[in-house]
Amino acid sequence: MTPAPAPWDEARAAQIIRAHAGLEGALLPVFHALQAEFGCISDEAAALAAEILNISRAEAHGVLTFYHDFRRSPPGRHVLKLCRAEACQARGARTVEARVTGELGVGFGETTSDAAVTLLPAYCLGLCASGPAALLDERPVARLEGERLERLIRDARA
Amino acid sequence: MTSRLFVPKDAAALAVGADEVVRALTQAAGKAGRRIEVVRTGSRGLFRLEPLVEVETDEGRIGYGPVSPDEVAELVAAGLFDGAEHRLRIGPPEALPFFARQTRLTFARCGIIDPLSLNDYRASGGFAGLEKARAMAPQAIVEAVKASGLRGRGGAGFPAGIKWETVLGASGARKYVACNADEGDSGTFADRMLMEGDPFLLIEGLLIAMRAVGAAKAFVYVRSEYPQAAQTMTEALTLCRGAGLLAEGDIEVRLGAGAYVCGEETAMLESLEGRRGQVRAKPPLPAHAGLFGQPTLVNNVLTLAAIPTILSAGPEAYAALGFGRSRGTAAVQLAGDVKNGGLFETPFGLTLGELVLQIGEGTESGRPIRAVQAGGPLGAYFPASLFDTPFDYEAFAAKDGLVGHGGLVVFNDTVDMAEQARFALEFCAVESCGKCTPCRLGAVRGVETVDRILAGRDPGASLELIRDLCDTMKFGSLCALGGLTPLPVLSALNHFPEDFRAPHEAAE
Repeated sequence: MTPAPAPWDEARAAQIIRAHAGLEGALLPVFHALQAEFGCISDEAAALAAEILNISRAEAHGVLTFYHDFRRSPPGRHVLKLCRAEACQARGARTVEARVTGELGVGFGETTSDAAVTLLPAYCLGLCASGPAALLDERPVARLEGERLERLIRDARA
Repeated sequence: MTSRLFVPKDAAALAVGADEVVRALTQAAGKAGRRIEVVRTGSRGLFRLEPLVEVETDEGRIGYGPVSPDEVAELVAAGLFDGAEHRLRIGPPEALPFFARQTRLTFARCGIIDPLSLNDYRASGGFAGLEKARAMAPQAIVEAVKASGLRGRGGAGFPAGIKWETVLGASGARKYVACNADEGDSGTFADRMLMEGDPFLLIEGLLIAMRAVGAAKAFVYVRSEYPQAAQTMTEALTLCRGAGLLAEGDIEVRLGAGAYVCGEETAMLESLEGRRGQVRAKPPLPAHAGLFGQPTLVNNVLTLAAIPTILSAGPEAYAALGFGRSRGTAAVQLAGDVKNGGLFETPFGLTLGELVLQIGEGTESGRPIRAVQAGGPLGAYFPASLFDTPFDYEAFAAKDGLVGHGGLVVFNDTVDMAEQARFALEFCAVESCGKCTPCRLGAVRGVETVDRILAGRDPGASLELIRDLCDTMKFGSLCALGGLTPLPVLSALNHFPEDFRAPHEAAE
């Protein structure tokens, strides 16, 4: 289980941003670090990053909204990324997808009503000979069938 | 006596319970009163054996796999720590035909050594290429890369030496090397395996490249879908930094953020600069004006990882392997519904059929093969009638396909090729960076048009429209995402037209 995201704290956010500000092209590392701390990148966080890195708010917003990874609102306690790419399709990913969405009662990009899990699509996890595959938080899970699939769904709901 | 065991920590092993197996082994050893040392390696790359447990014996390493955590107690009781007989015993792994038939240059250490042991790396010939390079002038290193015939392994197959020479000759306030580890193609995992299994090899290749082109800084752009690879690379770099090995300049790992298009070199550069990953128009080439406008050498993980061997064994030895203009070894990645899924390093030139039927031994499900998608989501679907095509950049291109990053995804006879064509367009729509119209709009219109065909609405005109759209995307897109999406779409249409009929039509 990933540690629960910290509540918004402007001083802490500024500290995180400044810790990365010296990197060349710092915005992606800054956003990754903010999201790791607070679970998402709020508008305030993006504005603060823009101010400290001396770029426009529009630019920070543009980057924030371009990348699939960056979230503007908090996720569930777990993030489940289910691989939808071809190699997993060839090994039954569409069946697993139907099972998981049905069982959790959410579609891709949605969070269960009890805030247990956010379901996201992934396009390849590099587990292409052992699919269908998923990433639960940062833990890879493959050969999703039978007990392993049941366990994944249970872990995601925990 | 302490028994030495080896268990991979490659993501594909972790994903099927390798950590649980290690815990069970430690427990079982405690109960049996045996002392064990578990070395966590990368994967050897035959994934149906994972988790693979190996034990060091007088006759070399003996493998057992696939081992599930609840079989460990039984295995230990049977004498696993002494290499004893058991139904999961596979003997010395390197003797399996899948491994015995390979020519492992780049992946020679993968699955064998502790990926984070500098001693293991040195003891197995590591840094020999770098030492040679450090005694050579930059131009001489470039000449060696040119003589090897190495072509870019990311997919485009551009001669690496020519690119290196261009960056060496370019002038700028500073220069960069940017390693593309944004391995987004479905069916590929070689970069991941290498970064998790032998990260020092990539670092060695990077240092040689930095010396050759005169760069004082390098980035490794790793996709965020590979948390283990990013972690191992970061730890390996910390070890190298601590040992004073990064003499050419610092190397920094950068994490992508889930955008497939950032595997395109100019989009990756934008992303490294902290911007939206939108592609740049070329020229200027990154070699002239790349990262922060400076001359930049952009190479794939496998290209850079081939360099140490080329220098240590000599470029002629590398160039002696291969087929036509594709020299050296290819990291063929067998994926999808295939029995022997995994990494097969071999000189270019085996046919597609040899790879999937003999090496891969057909499907895992036991069903007949219907199609093989080669080269990732932008690669063509090959029917069995094209299985005589040799694995070679030019030969695949001649069949309107591509070798790409070397992934082969096997589909059995249950595949619906219209669904695959639709998916290729849907994927392009999701991942388009939005900069050029043919890709941004063409992909969306393509999905709509496939849906119309399948609904039986004016199929003749719709098929014509798809072909017209593909033509526009192919010639009008800025980068390979829009430019190559037509390959899977048209190959599905051309080789499997029977799947593009509306349900009522098919029933007639």
